[in-house]
Amino acid sequence: MANIDSPLPGVFYRRPAPDKDEYVREGDSVEEGQTIGLIEVMKSFTELKATASGTLKEFLVDNEAEVSVGQTVAVLE
Amino acid sequence: MTQTAPRVLVANRGEIAVRIIRAAHTLGWEAVAIHSDADAGSRWAALADEAVGLGGSQAKDSYLDIDKVLDAARSTGCQYVHPGYGFLAERAEFARRVTEAGMTFVGPTAENIETMGDKAVARRTAERAGVPVVPGSEVLNDPAEAADVAHDLGFPVLVKAAAGGGGRGIRMVQEEAGLVGAVEAAQAEAAAAFGDGSVYLEKAILRPRHVEVQVLADSHGNAVHLFERDCSVQRRRQKLIEESPAPGLSPRVREEMLDAAVRLAREVGYQGAGTAEFLVDGEEFYFIEVNSRIQVEHPVTEMVTGVDLVAEQLRIAAGEPLSVTQEEIETTGAAIEFRINAEDPDQDFFPSPGELTRFDPPGGPGIRVDTGFVTGDQIVPYYDSMLAKVIVHGRDRDEALNRARQALTELAVEGITTTRGMHLALVDRREFRQAEVYTTWFEEAHPAG
Repeated sequence: MANIDSPLPGVFYRRPAPDKDEYVREGDSVEEGQTIGLIEVMKSFTELKATASGTLKEFLVDNEAEVSVGQTVAVLE
Repeated sequence: MTQTAPRVLVANRGEIAVRIIRAAHTLGWEAVAIHSDADAGSRWAALADEAVGLGGSQAKDSYLDIDKVLDAARSTGCQYVHPGYGFLAERAEFARRVTEAGMTFVGPTAENIETMGDKAVARRTAERAGVPVVPGSEVLNDPAEAADVAHDLGFPVLVKAAAGGGGRGIRMVQEEAGLVGAVEAAQAEAAAAFGDGSVYLEKAILRPRHVEVQVLADSHGNAVHLFERDCSVQRRRQKLIEESPAPGLSPRVREEMLDAAVRLAREVGYQGAGTAEFLVDGEEFYFIEVNSRIQVEHPVTEMVTGVDLVAEQLRIAAGEPLSVTQEEIETTGAAIEFRINAEDPDQDFFPSPGELTRFDPPGGPGIRVDTGFVTGDQIVPYYDSMLAKVIVHGRDRDEALNRARQALTELAVEGITTTRGMHLALVDRREFRQAEVYTTWFEEAHPAG
């Protein structure tokens, strides 16, 4: 089990744009380095990437919710 | 009924909220601040006569929530709403809702905002007022038309999506060989991105300066300009440094541009403070757009003219005439503004939120600092990155630049990374000193790392 933590404070997004599909759904398998969401900081967007390969078990942060530094965004299995 | 002071809701945060509160107090008005949860305990809330917490932290849950903002204004008995810049400032819907709620929007009418916000309408309005616009074509029906049009305009040309905006859907074509392919590709791209494949051609203005004219217009038919500002030091279309007067601007171009801006304001029956933006290429100038709000860089104009632009906005909203005539407005010396952003220039300007553990603004003759923050504040990630504006004034540009060096050296910020050091280096850059800069200069001189 591995966690994907936010390296930044800001707002978490699960989609690249409001009219696009989610990067990843719960239960999907992901590769290390794969983008699973975006963190917005002062209108700048940074991709949040999977820290390991595996199955994305659960998102602990909702789409468009606020995140703090080090907060776990998703759990990998 | 007893005579009470007018009350204005300050529908913004940070330095511009402080600025509006100060202007209100200067006039003997009362000011009501709003703040999000993330901004609880802010300086603007402390300076206001009353403050209303909106709840929420992200802009959409606070400063962009029209219902919450209107409720705050109503519940505190405000007759006026000042939007500042950004957030709701150029939303015609907000201006309309304020008016419908029986209050006065401190800014142009919703109709003015709509007219000026639509680039095509603004362009036609400018042409009607005899203001030069960047030479361009109508929408192309057939890519084959492009060659004739491009030859008339002269290469290089830009292929632009009619429905585009913010720099999207634009490609530059250097010569005829690539033209038809570029038009076809742009049509396909525009159709996919905007649902409208219409494209047109525009002459590419290479290495222009960005020069804008401040105007004020009241409800009594008075419209004046307050000279120009040069904002050519930009990064990705974001202004970094602004100054007045525009160095090296030909007197003929200046005079024609100032005149054009006032004509444009009159043409649309504009009311309030506004800015007409132009591109300048040698002896030519071209209208690009009107900003129907007070602008970030307004202090530059206040320093050289001595006119309090925000107080004038409030006076205009109250139906009073402008406090100055065109003949009385004079410009003295040179003023320059440096935007101090919570960003790291060494990390491609990545934002730097965090606790402001130390914030000591500079002082001395000819130095002004506009900020909404004090030591101990959190610079939160939910809004823009502006920490402060350092504005300097001197008898001439050299004196202003020397004061800038002193002020930027004195400014002490700890806890977050800012653009202070970058500005300090720019003050002594030969190209900036000699005013040889243009809108893409900064990016060409500082390629992304």
